[in-house]
Amino acid sequence: MAYAIELILNRQIADCLAIPVFITDTEGNLLFYNEPAEEILGKRYEDTGEMAVDEWSTVFKNKDENGEVLPPAELPLVKTLTNQQPYHKTFWIESLQGRAERISVTSYPIIGRSGKFLGAVAIFWRPTEE
Amino acid sequence: MNITIHGVRGSIPTTTLETKKYGGNTSCVEVEADGWRLVLDAGSGMQHIHAGNGFRNNRVDILLTHLHIDHIQGLGFFKPLFNPESEIHIWGPASKTQSLRARLGRYFSPPLFPVYFRNLTCKLVLHEVDDSSFAIGPFHIESCHIMHPGPTLGFRVRHQRGTLAYLPDHEPALGRDGLLHDVKWLSGSDLAKEADLLLHDAQYTPEEYKDRVGWGHSSLTDALEYAALTGVKKLLLTHHDPLRSDEELEKAFRHLQETTSYQFPYALAYEGLAIQL
Ligand SMILES: [Zn+2]
Ligand SMILES: [Zn+2]
Repeated sequence: MAYAIELILNRQIADCLAIPVFITDTEGNLLFYNEPAEEILGKRYEDTGEMAVDEWSTVFKNKDENGEVLPPAELPLVKTLTNQQPYHKTFWIESLQGRAERISVTSYPIIGRSGKFLGAVAIFWRPTEE
Repeated sequence: MNITIHGVRGSIPTTTLETKKYGGNTSCVEVEADGWRLVLDAGSGMQHIHAGNGFRNNRVDILLTHLHIDHIQGLGFFKPLFNPESEIHIWGPASKTQSLRARLGRYFSPPLFPVYFRNLTCKLVLHEVDDSSFAIGPFHIESCHIMHPGPTLGFRVRHQRGTLAYLPDHEPALGRDGLLHDVKWLSGSDLAKEADLLLHDAQYTPEEYKDRVGWGHSSLTDALEYAALTGVKKLLLTHHDPLRSDEELEKAFRHLQETTSYQFPYALAYEGLAIQL
């Protein structure tokens, strides 16, 4: 089955952006990530293709300011998938190689013309230090 | 099933001698089988549909891909709308903000048109569809939103004798790298997939398209590549640019034949063309 045009257009925009963008279906399976996002994930879309939710959500650990592991329910993308609302949060991600990076994530739901919930987009920002 | 093309021109009708061969009327295709009749889009070509009797319940089903004026301007001149004996079903894209009746009502009201929607004397039934699947007599129809400004549908019309895909206004190549080769990421590909016949937008030459990205239409070469990616058996190129003369159209087509090699047959759609599936 082909994806809805709302997902296709989001991918096409992401493809033009310098900001890391991840696009998921309604279950959180990763449908697409752009080139800047490949750097964060440490993988190439060309190699991995789509990734199941369990597979890509374990690529990095999410931690708060104190180094405590963040429960998934507190992550913007997970909240968006649950509530179909946009969210934003700044936290730390730690790659499997142990590299930590402070990151801000903005997520929003893709709700099509017919009102149908189709998936979500997560944009990762490197916050400018205050 | 019998398919007759009544309009192949994009955007605005033309009446010049130079466009006479392919025809100047805007989008309209008639599909008939087993005494049932569908009209795909109600462009100015609709005036050539002779709605005589002999059709079941005097019923006509009009399927509108979208409400741009070149796809509805023939509607008000379709005589069965003014005949109390006829039963007209209009299927069009749903919108979150306004009903199909309200949107079509803008056309069916002064000053654009002297007759109000409510004054049409036929038995009229409106159906709002989006990513839908429905049956009309012997036809099974699938509709799905495709890439074009405003809510726009493509249709896949299946009959036991064949499958027709109709995507007259469509820009699947919109994006940084043009058409995505993974068909899952290709707008409307479920509709076109392995169809016996695809009627597809081919308004621009590849050179023109570079300056018209985002306008909602395809180049001749993208239409061909789209047909190849979706595995259609035959392609008809339509929605010809209103400024393109017959001679220019044929020149562009010859260039296409010389510079590409595809396995499936393809041709330029023209007014009056009749095809049997
Ligand atoms: Zn058009
Ligand atoms: Zn249009």
